[in-house]
Amino acid sequence: MFDFPEALEFSITAPIDAGVQWMLQNLSFIFDAITAVIVAMFNVVQAGLLFVPWFVYVALVLYLGTKFHGYKTGITLAVMLTLIGVFGLWESMIYTLVVVIISVIVSLLIGLPLGILMAKSERGERVMKPILDAMQTMPSFVYLIPAVMLFGLGRVPAVFATTIYAVPPLIRLTYLGITGVEKEVIEAGKAFGSTSRQMLFKIELPQALPTIMTGVNQTTMMAMAMVVISSMIGAEGIGSEVLLAIRRLEVGRGFQAGFAIVFLAIILDRLMQGVVTSLQGVTDHA
Amino acid sequence: MPKIHLKDVEMIFGKSAQVKQAQALKAQEVSNAEIRSQTGATVGVRHVDIEIEEGELFVIVGLSGSGKSTLIRCLNRLNEPTSGEVIIDGDNIMDYNDEQLMQLRRHKVSMVFQSFALLSHRTIEDNVVYGLEVQDIPEEERYARGQEAIEAVGLKGWEQSFPSQLSGGMRQRVGLARALANQPEILLMDEPYSALDPLIRRDMQDELLGLEDYISKTIVFITHDMNEAFKLGDRIALMKDGEVVQLGDPNSFFDNPANEYVEDFIKDVDKTRVLTAAQVMRKVKYKVATDIDLDELKEYFTQNDLSFVYVVDEKNMLQGYYLAEEVAKAKNTKNLINPVSKKFLRRNFVKDIIAMVDESDIDIPIVDATGRLRGLINGSDILKLMK
Repeated sequence: MFDFPEALEFSITAPIDAGVQWMLQNLSFIFDAITAVIVAMFNVVQAGLLFVPWFVYVALVLYLGTKFHGYKTGITLAVMLTLIGVFGLWESMIYTLVVVIISVIVSLLIGLPLGILMAKSERGERVMKPILDAMQTMPSFVYLIPAVMLFGLGRVPAVFATTIYAVPPLIRLTYLGITGVEKEVIEAGKAFGSTSRQMLFKIELPQALPTIMTGVNQTTMMAMAMVVISSMIGAEGIGSEVLLAIRRLEVGRGFQAGFAIVFLAIILDRLMQGVVTSLQGVTDHA
Repeated sequence: MPKIHLKDVEMIFGKSAQVKQAQALKAQEVSNAEIRSQTGATVGVRHVDIEIEEGELFVIVGLSGSGKSTLIRCLNRLNEPTSGEVIIDGDNIMDYNDEQLMQLRRHKVSMVFQSFALLSHRTIEDNVVYGLEVQDIPEEERYARGQEAIEAVGLKGWEQSFPSQLSGGMRQRVGLARALANQPEILLMDEPYSALDPLIRRDMQDELLGLEDYISKTIVFITHDMNEAFKLGDRIALMKDGEVVQLGDPNSFFDNPANEYVEDFIKDVDKTRVLTAAQVMRKVKYKVATDIDLDELKEYFTQNDLSFVYVVDEKNMLQGYYLAEEVAKAKNTKNLINPVSKKFLRRNFVKDIIAMVDESDIDIPIVDATGRLRGLINGSDILKLMK
């Protein structure tokens, strides 16, 4: 009698399946179009990244790392990047980077407008907050299933799943950045007769930029994490190396790939933090 | 016609049902605290009626929470009054649509803020021209006008710096330059100097007075500092709990304070710093013409029991003075007249005359800018003031 009453059991599995099926049958042209666009982006970005020789990347990381954090960090980051190549994972890393970059771009295209909407409309805020909470607590593997169904296997569903997983912090921090602009600064904008478009582009977004960049940084880090998982649906990169190591129970191989991912994440994080601090240097109220 | 006329302006914060309830209670003369506890609505401004003349520097003073910042924001509708009219140049701006309101803000009314409200991502120059940029004024004219404003507030050479590189006083100069660049007719200043160090604040006040002579705009100035209010204001409105308690020129506050609250409020004001010589001086009862002869002069001294007397020409220009002891000994009037070594401009503050009074045996003559004798001040006048 303490068991949950069977009469109340009802599964939402069927309606969700039906929904996805319906989307597949009726909206496939949309997914085809999205696929085409993302594939085109892949081609451009990947060709660009592969065209640049490895030592240019190392030099660039050395330069930027030194500029933002001093020469010690610069050298450390450059050594880390070189090690990825030494591990024989240079090309895998480029593939991973491509997925991350495209996911971040798509996240920006989706996240910025949604963040602005959330900051501007009370109703938008009420609707978005629970959705964001759900998106962030949903186990990330779950996103892989509809991604595969809608986009098949490969890197396009990987971008889809990664974006959904990684976009919430960007939306939240865009919202926070805009609502956090000093009250008198907003008043000044109005008092000088700005239109709402001028308010947004000349005052709110520039003032929120450091916070938004922090969001971009977080989104990038989450995309890094998700890219590994999405190797399960066929996205090439360092992640597939990890997957292979799991299947064959090769501990060394697994850790080698794992370290490569950690190195890449650290490099991206430090460089982006550098951008944020240099933006804050100008924007600081003090 | 007044430049600005606030007509029974009233501002209540709260949900609309609360506001309606509050309005009903207010009509029954219920206090703000009572209204708040009964309805949950906050009364910000209550029955305010003020006329401000063109070219006037009008100060609204009151403690925090007295409604002064709420009120000033009604003048460009950053706050929407719950009821009442805000009439600028004969137009009730409460009737304005969005476009008209924008034009008003762009061309007629500018504002300076307590926390400066600068755009930290823009250079000083780009901050100053912001108001012109939103009007799509061509770049060349925009920067020319910006440069003019930057020079007017003494920030030449800082155009390419960022706000974070400037001190508080300089940042507020940027705020002022930004407001001036729009060439507004009305300048709203919301506690512009409250966040500054006392010394910087004094300099900025003096500069504003200098600037005011030169730009002659209508200025509405908010402060919680009574000294600042009396120093700057042509007229002053003292607010408490959203209402104007007393309104008038600085002297009227000392001469007839409206109630105990006002008396208490002005008690600590250093009058020597806020009153000008013109406001304190005595009328000149005894003076003689330049062509007076010695007998007449001796007669004049004994008759009125004087120790000195000032000499003026037919235009009342101050020429010098006679001393009683010298006149009594004199054989003729030749070289008897003493040149004036100490005199004081009537527009200057009394504090600066104190040292002069201390060193002088006779009353200090108060003159206007052209040199006419307008009054006298001595030590006992100052003592009376400080009592």
